[in-house]
Amino acid sequence: MTSWPAIADIANKVQSGGQRAEGLVEQSLKMVEDKQAYKAIIATTAKRARMRAADVDHRIAKGQRVGRLAGVPFIAKDNFLAYGANTTAASNMLKNFDAPYQATAIERLEAEGAICVAKANLDAFAHGSSTENSDFFTTLNPHDKSRVPGGSSGGSAAAVVLDMAPFALGTDTGGSIRLPAAFCGAVGYKPTYGLVSRSGVVAMASSTDVIGSLTRSVEDAAIVLDVLAGVDPLDSTTIQRQAGSYADLPIGLKGKRFGIVKEYMAEDLNPSVRKVITNAIGKLKDAGIHIEEVSLPSLPLALAVYYIICPAEVSSNLSRYDGQRFGHSYKGAKDLSESYNKSRGVGFGTEAKRRIMVGTYVLSSGYYDAYYKRAQIVRTKLINEMNDVFNSVDFLVGPTAATTAFKIGANSENPLNMYLTDIMTVAANLTGVPAINLPAGRSDGLPVGLQLMAPQRQDGRLLQVAKTIEELLT
Amino acid sequence: MAKLTRDDILKLAKLACLDINGNEAEQFRHELSKILDYVEQLQEVNIDNLEPTLQVTGLTSVTRPDEIIDYGISREALLKNVPSIKEGQIKVNRVLT
Repeated sequence: MTSWPAIADIANKVQSGGQRAEGLVEQSLKMVEDKQAYKAIIATTAKRARMRAADVDHRIAKGQRVGRLAGVPFIAKDNFLAYGANTTAASNMLKNFDAPYQATAIERLEAEGAICVAKANLDAFAHGSSTENSDFFTTLNPHDKSRVPGGSSGGSAAAVVLDMAPFALGTDTGGSIRLPAAFCGAVGYKPTYGLVSRSGVVAMASSTDVIGSLTRSVEDAAIVLDVLAGVDPLDSTTIQRQAGSYADLPIGLKGKRFGIVKEYMAEDLNPSVRKVITNAIGKLKDAGIHIEEVSLPSLPLALAVYYIICPAEVSSNLSRYDGQRFGHSYKGAKDLSESYNKSRGVGFGTEAKRRIMVGTYVLSSGYYDAYYKRAQIVRTKLINEMNDVFNSVDFLVGPTAATTAFKIGANSENPLNMYLTDIMTVAANLTGVPAINLPAGRSDGLPVGLQLMAPQRQDGRLLQVAKTIEELLT
Repeated sequence: MAKLTRDDILKLAKLACLDINGNEAEQFRHELSKILDYVEQLQEVNIDNLEPTLQVTGLTSVTRPDEIIDYGISREALLKNVPSIKEGQIKVNRVLT
């Protein structure tokens, strides 16, 4: 089999006895093995997955109702704490970390009968846009092995496109779900900030970190969100979910107003990407969708804001890795201070160190007001502009990335160039709004992604219009 | 923006408890200067009458009762990743030398 059916269809078939969860898990594990050359996976959780599948099949044989994701295999980015394999965050620091509890997201999926089969590669600690910052290896793009899959959820995106599982979990702090979804040709969903619990996920930048999915369709993204969304006592930043199901997706774009942000269509958009995006927007117009040009004047500043706030929060979140309680620990230190310094110096890779250094700088006495505080104020400006735009339109539409997947190594000598790949995605993180990547077409055989955004807490409506647009584009 | 010196970098590394070697110090001196030059554009922005945003969905301090909740995770499970244990306690290097 080359492609997985819709998640709802898989679960219904398992629940009705027409398909065994054990068979699905074997199929998933076989795809992981067959596609090893792409290096999307850090480790499988095969033993635990097989036990859980047997349990699902056993309960169904006894006539029990298992759940909405009965027997559905999935892959988790390896920054989700999960049983069955180490949780490494693709870092030497956590290479041997065996999670003592599971992320809320994993627990909620398992409670509905889903089965985690493997842990996917990422840029170490999710710091990056290509998986090249993984301390272990670089994942290859499913469409061209000489190119990156995007990042940081590059292993998750590649795994879904390579049919290893019907869906994968990712995290998105500055674009880390949407960018790899665009580069690999998957649907990538970043919910409203706080809609999905982050308990048990290795923290990166806490004021923008969100959890979301990589899927084959909007319908699958909606089911996964419906299972994950809602308040969790273990994450005090979580917000109330909508009253109804996120998975109800009535078709309808009537009366909806879309905005194209002119700053997103500025000169630095690659011409081949522009062509595909313009063509996709043309299809929406042909279908009678109202689209007008809007402006977010501060958008060109978003990346500068992000690359102050993100390293500041990274440096704070990574201070917990001190070599004493868990993670890499330097042997042979003469005192505690040397143990801290050497454990961190050896355990962290170059990008983690770089971000810790930048973060320490912008938070240090004398620079805090000029950098961190100022960035948070410009963030307010961007939020105000975003609110204004959403007073005149219901959704925003534009490119997810300025280019298609780049060659492995093309940006690795220049960290700033690598940071610039997030240019189209960071605004949604800084403002907390939901955003989705939809495959919009190809350029020279490489996928191009269309990004849609909606106001905060409008995840249900965003998924509805995304479903309609997905149909228009295919 | 003044270019960072090697001493600036070594001071930052010390503040961050991060052991870096000479090559890394030189690399970071160069790269951090470029990153700081890039974010310098924010200094031009008019920020009059604007407050910083620390939380985007408007939540304010979320509290919970100060009660022990049993999550069913054993002491052994929580200690299994500790590099060095003595008599059920986390063992660290001496603080004073």
